[in-house]
This record gives sequence, structure tokens and C-alpha cells, in this order.
Amino acid sequence: MTMAKSVAIASAEQPAAATRNGAFVAGAWRSTGALVLIAAAVALPFTISNYHVFELTQVMIYAIAVLGLNILTGYNGQISLGHGGFYAAGAYTAAILMHRYGVPYWATLPPAAVICFALGVLFGLPALRFEGPYLALVTLAMAVATPQLLKYFDTWTGGQQGINLIKVQAPAFLGIGRDRWLYLVVLTVLLVAMRVAANMLHGRTGRALVAIRDHPIAAAAMGIDVARYKTLAFGTSSLFTGVAGALSAIVIGFVAPESFTLFLSLSFLVGSAIGGIATIFGAIVGGLFIEFVPNIANDISDAAPWAIYGLTMLLFMYVMPRGVVGSLAGLMRRVQSRRATAGQGLEEQKRRLS
Amino acid sequence: MTMRKIMVAGLSAAVLVAASSVAWAAGQYSPGASDSEIKIGNTMPYSGPASSYGVIGKVDAAYFAMINEKGGINGRKINFISKDDSYSPPKTVELVRQMVEQDQVLLMFNTLGTPPNMAIHGYLNENKVPQLFLATGADQWNDPKHFPWTMMWLPSYGNESHIYASYILKNLPNAKIAVLYQNDDYGKDYLNGLKAGLGDKAAKMIIATQSYETTDPTVDSQIVALQASGADVLLTAAIPKFAAQSIRKVYDVGWKPTHFLNSVGNAVGTVMKPAGLEKGVGIISAAFAKDPTDPQWQSTPEYKEWLAFMNKAGLSANTTDVQAVIGYSFVQTMVEVLKACGDNLTRENVMKQAASLHNVKLPMLLPGIMLSTSADDFDPIKQMQLQKFDGTTWQLFGDVLSASGS
Amino acid sequence: MHQLLQQIFSGLAAGAVYASLALALVMIYRATDLVNFAQGEMAMFSTYIAWMLVNAGMPFWAAFSLTLVASFVGGMIIERIVIRPVENAPILAAVVVTIGLLLIFNALAGWLFTYTLQEFPSPFPDRTLFGALMTTRDLGVIGVTLAMLVALFVFFRFTATGLAMRAAAQNPESARLCGIPVGRMLAIGWGLAAAIGAVAGIMVAPVLFLDPNMMGGALLGGITSPIGAVVGGLIVGVTENLVGAYLIASQLKLTVALALIVLVLVFRPNGLFGVAIVRRV
Repeated sequence: MTMAKSVAIASAEQPAAATRNGAFVAGAWRSTGALVLIAAAVALPFTISNYHVFELTQVMIYAIAVLGLNILTGYNGQISLGHGGFYAAGAYTAAILMHRYGVPYWATLPPAAVICFALGVLFGLPALRFEGPYLALVTLAMAVATPQLLKYFDTWTGGQQGINLIKVQAPAFLGIGRDRWLYLVVLTVLLVAMRVAANMLHGRTGRALVAIRDHPIAAAAMGIDVARYKTLAFGTSSLFTGVAGALSAIVIGFVAPESFTLFLSLSFLVGSAIGGIATIFGAIVGGLFIEFVPNIANDISDAAPWAIYGLTMLLFMYVMPRGVVGSLAGLMRRVQSRRATAGQGLEEQKRRLS
Repeated sequence: MTMRKIMVAGLSAAVLVAASSVAWAAGQYSPGASDSEIKIGNTMPYSGPASSYGVIGKVDAAYFAMINEKGGINGRKINFISKDDSYSPPKTVELVRQMVEQDQVLLMFNTLGTPPNMAIHGYLNENKVPQLFLATGADQWNDPKHFPWTMMWLPSYGNESHIYASYILKNLPNAKIAVLYQNDDYGKDYLNGLKAGLGDKAAKMIIATQSYETTDPTVDSQIVALQASGADVLLTAAIPKFAAQSIRKVYDVGWKPTHFLNSVGNAVGTVMKPAGLEKGVGIISAAFAKDPTDPQWQSTPEYKEWLAFMNKAGLSANTTDVQAVIGYSFVQTMVEVLKACGDNLTRENVMKQAASLHNVKLPMLLPGIMLSTSADDFDPIKQMQLQKFDGTTWQLFGDVLSASGS
Repeated sequence: MHQLLQQIFSGLAAGAVYASLALALVMIYRATDLVNFAQGEMAMFSTYIAWMLVNAGMPFWAAFSLTLVASFVGGMIIERIVIRPVENAPILAAVVVTIGLLLIFNALAGWLFTYTLQEFPSPFPDRTLFGALMTTRDLGVIGVTLAMLVALFVFFRFTATGLAMRAAAQNPESARLCGIPVGRMLAIGWGLAAAIGAVAGIMVAPVLFLDPNMMGGALLGGITSPIGAVVGGLIVGVTENLVGAYLIASQLKLTVALALIVLVLVFRPNGLFGVAIVRRV
């Protein structure tokens, strides 16, 4: 069973048909629900301590990074074990711009996005030739090479010492602390990212990506420019993860090669799988997992916390192999389709009897 | 009536004064300190690539536990909170913020690694939290003017290779030097210290350098390349695993340079023996602490006391590890400073006491090595002593030296 | 010239490290399309078991054999208990499970055996050969790796079980129809991989010294065909050394090695000796 096929099985089914009225009501509920959630998210940092705000900001940054990976590996079936590299690229872009050229922090995001998109496309081109495990191997190579490359170009990157950044200040007129301000900034970026991803993935591009993932030969036969979409997927994916990296540099205030090891890339993959590889909300669950479970594991076992972390990963995969959101979505679809077919069954009977 | 009022007022005033002076005598505290406890925060790589240093944190914890059993410091128990950052700077930032803001520790002690410490020293100095006795020998940490809350402890790597440079200039003036170094700040500090020590002769004398990554399986290829350069002096700035490989390969390829080995990688039990004792004869290194696998220290009472402590703490597996000796000395320094604080456990006073160490001796440091600090000097250990390996043990020779050559 | 030869032989010895692990990775990949991220850590754990046996007084080759058997059994058990639940799940789930295994083994080893470097005895006498070109130890490592390769080749080509395993890997449905217990074949595959990993670990530990992070850098040797894996691993080892010594500073050795793997794959997307699979629509 190939990688792409099984990802497809994990998330393929189309939502069951619903009546037009039902869709409208559901849509209205969803918008209100979304607004309520967003309002809650904005209010939250003012009710908790600075440290917890900082933690949640980290969660959101990881969520953006994982969202990037979801686009590439989940929706387009190209496995990447090297997204830490793109994350590092974004982080160092922001750091170098801020440190060397005095660029204000918010202005580093667009360049980071552009550079990482270009990097992703550049990587996506040769990646067209690789299938499944080979792509995994090549991206793994990238993940492992990243710290070494960062150390080598030390005139730019500061080498092993890393780059220390001046702490960001919140705008004075708002009167809120730095942590809360950064939380709001990251929240905004996350919401924008999710919106952009949703637009892309629920539209034509998304359908093309999924088609390429599930049936690449059929997709090509249907006239989809496979190479273009696959490279686009790589570029977009890298853009998202790169922006997350830039944000992390701003929030942590420090970058060093040690921050971007293979373990980071693997964490993104794990977060992706646990949340639900071909979902958007799964990215948030993934971010929560990456940020909090290691700490919880540390509290449970002083002696071997990573064993607990590993065990938790195993348990999640046994119980919810499609990830939390993936499994929930699957459940909901089954419930909906049962309701729909139940409805259809009644319609059928009525027609036959009349 | 008026008389009584006056007396009552007077008595109340007296009581108030007495009460407040009692409160005064009970101690001045910053967050993390109280009448009954002192909270100390620490991050260590208990997992991941640098996990072999985790033993330092374990020794710290065990020693504090032992002190607590004996009644604590000035009647206060030490609450030592140590967390695993896996040598990842973002994790270190998170954990340190948690310890300072949630757990409210008095100070951070013995945080390990240059990148992790780089990530947090801005935050700690900004929030005026002492960052004491860093477990890293990078040269940059002795900077009280810009970072008045950060103090190092280990003799800096650059100072050590400075000492080697002085020796070379004096005894091997026509040397052709090759250097094997770990490709990070630690290794580069050694290289730069050597260059600084050689001064304007550096460019001429250092004819080849090779670096390695901690992810490399071996350094055999680098040694072969260095030998081919024709050098007759080699400096190996490597951690134990690669130091042992270096020693062995140098011998196996038939190269006989004057071999300088950094103090981080010279332990008899974990480096010289695996490499092959006979292969290390003649190697020169420097030290400031007693190697627990070196027979010359094993009959001394200080060693026996340390060994008893290790065994009682459940750390018998680490009794061949010099890192455990260094950890022991680290934590003894911290205890000295806290004792000196008395009842004034404000962060300011902690820094003041830490900056007032005067010729402090510790049992497991080499005889003659003493700790000293002042308001301008946040580098407690500046001295090391040269030693030569004779196939069984390290023979100390010469005087206790410091980088300035005294 | 002397240095060149030395670099080549050093490279071969280092390459044997990559090659051995690659072999184990290939075993499992061939059978299940799954890259077992935990292969290195399992090998390391097996090596610790051997170390404990030797320290307890057992002669080297006895400890070696016992460890091999224990690893084989252990590998089978892991397949049955840990991997089986995600056998029919999306492959990403299985990948995550192996990553979890990696963490568990690493943490367990650190907890049980501490992170301090340990010495590991070598069964081969310590002599240099051919004027310091290589040591008997290096030769022994290469020799054992090649012997293992030959043994595996014979097993897969000429024995019934080997044939059954190949069938189960290539087409599980048809194999089941033929009466081959596919599940058991998978378990044997994992067992073999674990045993191969154990051999790799034991051969390499005297050189690398034993600690829980020993196998960190060696995981990257995987390519599909067993012959390709070994040769590929050796080539990577040698090239790494030569490039590091002659072309670029050794700081980028690893990057160069990986770039080499990438380059090979660009020109031969199915690996050095892999065969292009024709997909039917």
C-alpha cells in the first residue's frame, strides 16, 4: 500500500449531500461558531498568566508550521521529513533581517514568505522525480543537513552562537504586555493562514492536489498539470512553515542551529499525523500535541520522559490512526451519510409506493 | 487618662518596632526564597545528543538532597527544580520562563550549553534573575558590564588552549601545528584560543585544521588528512567519544606528533582506556579537577568522600565520569555562595556574594586551583595545570597556570 | 597516494556502518513499504544487551549469538504487538509508530544504562595492516557485513521460507491464497531486520563506543535493493571521506554525503540497482 494511496483512503470521501436549506443553516451556525471561537481566542490571553500566553503562542506557531506540512503531505501526498529546514529558513530570514538590517519584526514576514516559497519550489522541482520513500529519504537528508549548513555559513547565521534578537515591544498605546501582543499577532497570522489554506484546498487547486495524490495517472490524463501543482504544493507548504519559523524567531528572540534539528522535522510530522494529516483544524491539535505532551511526559516520568512521549504517540495512532480531527471528521461523515441515506431510503420507498 | 494614653501609645510603638525588627532579622527575600526554603532552577540535556552531560544535573540534585538531610543552608531547605531541555534553545527559553514566572525560583543555576544559555541570558538579565555558574566554558560569559546577572564557572576553553600555545612557544618554537576540533563554538573557542596564544606566529605555525560534527560516526578521515599535512604537533579539541577515536587513529596510522588533548576529553576511564592506554602515552593535557579514574587520587580522603556520596545517591554507574566530579564542585560552589548570603536572600545579594569569592578551595579540584571572583571578574576558575599521560595515569607537571601565563 | 588509500579504506569501514543499517532498513521496507525509523535504536539496544552479557563474563561469540537470537525474537514480538495494530491503518500512522519506538528505545537505554560512554570489546585483534592503511578491526567489520549479505542472499534465493517471504512482500493477497501465512512472514522479516541491526551495532560499537546516541548518524543508509544498500553505503562512506579531505572543508561532509544520495536518486530514481516499477492504471 503506497503512501499516497493510504493517505487518500484516510481522507477521501466527499461529504454526503445535504439539502440546500440544511446547508444554509449549517453555514450560518458555522460562521457564528467561528466568530465566537475567534472572540474567545482573542480574549483568552487576558485571563491567563504571561507564561501561559507564551505557551499558547508557541502552539499557534507550530500549528501554522504543521498546516504547511498538511498541505503537502496530507492533501498532495508528498511526504516530507524535512520541514524543519523550511522552518529554519524562515526563522533565519527574519533573524538576519532584524539583526543585520534593522528591519522591524512585522516587516520580516513577507520576505520570509517569499524566500521560503521560492525555496519550496526549488525543492519541489527535483522532488517531482521521487516517489514515496525516496522523497522521504531526500527530505530526511535536508533535515539532517540543516544544522550543518547553518553552522557553515556562519558569517550570515552567526554559526553555533546563533543570533540574539532584540525583544519586540508591543505598541505603547495598547498598554498590553509583549507576550499578549505577540499572541495576538500570531493569532492573526494563524487565522489568515487557515483562511488561505481553506480557500485553496476547498477550491479547484485543492481538488487538483487531491486528485494528484489519489490517482496521479488519471489526473494527468484528465489534463491536470501534475508538475505545476506538485511544485506549487511544495512552495505553498514551505511558505506556511517558513512564516511559522519567522514568527518563532520573533517570539523566542533567538535562533541557533541547535533549534532546528531532525527532531523538529519529525515533531512536525508527528503533530501532523496526530491532528489529522489532511485537515486544517488538525494542525491546531498537532500544535497542542507538540507543545504540551513533552511537558506532560516530563511530569509523569522523571526518568524517561521521552519514552512516555513515544508511548503517547503509539496510543494515539492505535486509537485514532487518521488523527484526532481526521477521525472525528470521518465519524461525522459516516453519521451524515447514514442520515442522508436513511432519508434517501424513505424517498425511494415513497416513490415506489406512489 | 492622658498618661495611660501616652503609655499605651508608647507600648504599642515599642511592640511595633520590636515586631518589625524581628521581621527584619528573619530575612530579606526575593521571589523563590523564604524562611524555610530556597528555590533553584536548572535546565540540563537529560536526553538528546548532549545527554552525557545530564549527570551534572543528577549530581546537583543529589548533593542538594544531602544538604537538606543535614538541615539545609542556614535552616532553609533547597528546592532544586531541574528540567530537560534536550539542548534545544526554544525549549530552554520555555522552561526557564516557566521556572521564573510559574515556579518563582530565586535563581538559575548551572544551566548547560552555549546555545541554551545564549537563548536565556537576555531574558534573565532583563528580569534581574541570577544566572549562576553556567555549565559551559565558552569565552564570552565573563562580561559583568553587559550581563551583570550572568556568571560562568568553568575555565574557559580559549584560556586552556592559550596555555597550550604558551607551552608550544616556549618548548616547541618551530612546531607545525594541526588542529582537530568539533564544529561548534566549543571547538572553535579552542582553535581561536590557540591562535590568540600564538599571536602573530599563529598563521605560520597552524598549518592544517579539520573539524567534525557530533553526528559523524568517526574522525578517522580527518586524522588521516591532518597527518598528510606534515604537522608535528596536534591539538585535539573533542568530546570523549571523538577524543578516544582520535588518539587511537593517530597511533594506528603511525603518526607521532606532540599531541595536546583538551581537558573535556582526557578522562582515563572514558577516553584513554577505550582508545588503548599504550596509545596515549606522551599526550599532554590540562586539568583543573581530579579525574576519578586516575589511580593517584583514589587513595585520598576527598575522593573517598566523593565516592561515598555518589554511591549513596544511586549514581554508582557514573563513578568513572569526570563530569560527575565537576558537577560536585559546581554545586559545592553554589552552596558556599548561599551560605554566605545568610538571611539576605535577595537576588542582588546572591550576585554580590557570588562576585566575592576569594581563593575558595574545593576538595575535588586539583591542589592549587582556587576560585576567585570580583565585581569585574565573573570567571571563577582561571587556572589549570598541565599533565602528561604515562600509560596509567596523568602526571601533573609544572606550576598551576592561568592564561596570562602566571 | 598513501593518504588517498587510507581515506578510501577509512571510508569503507565507515561505509560498513551505513551499509549494515541499510540492510536492516531494506528488509522491512521490502516487506511493508515502511521505513522503520527505530532500526538504529533497536540495534543500539541489542548492542547494550550484548555488552551486559559480556560484562557478566560470557565469552564474546556466545554473547554475540545469544544477542542475535534475542534480537530476532524481540523483532518478531515488536512486529506482532506494536506494529500489528497499525498494519491496516494509513501508512503515516505506522511511520509515527516507528518514530515513537525510536524515542522509547532511546529513552529506555538512557535510563537503564545511563548516557555515559562505554567501552565495547572487539573480537578482532588490534593490528594495523598494509603499512597502517587499515586495521584488522576494520577488516573484520567489512568481512562480517559481507558474510551477512551472502547469508541473506542465500536465504532468500534458495530456501522455502525465503521464497515465501518474498512472495508475501510482493503480493500479500496472492500469497495468502497460496497458503502462505503472511502475518508470520512479516514477523520473521522484522526479526531478521532486528538481528541484522544487532550485528551492525556489535560490529560498530568497538569503533564508535557505546552510548544511547550511537546510531544517530547512521540511519541514513537506506536504499531499496540489498545489494544496492551495501554498495551504496560503502560508496557513501568513501565519497564522504574523499570529498571531505580533498574538495570541501570537512564541515560539510555530511551534507555532501546526503547531496550524493540525492544526486544518485535524481539520475536513478529507483536506487542504484532498483528496478522501475511499471504501474498499471
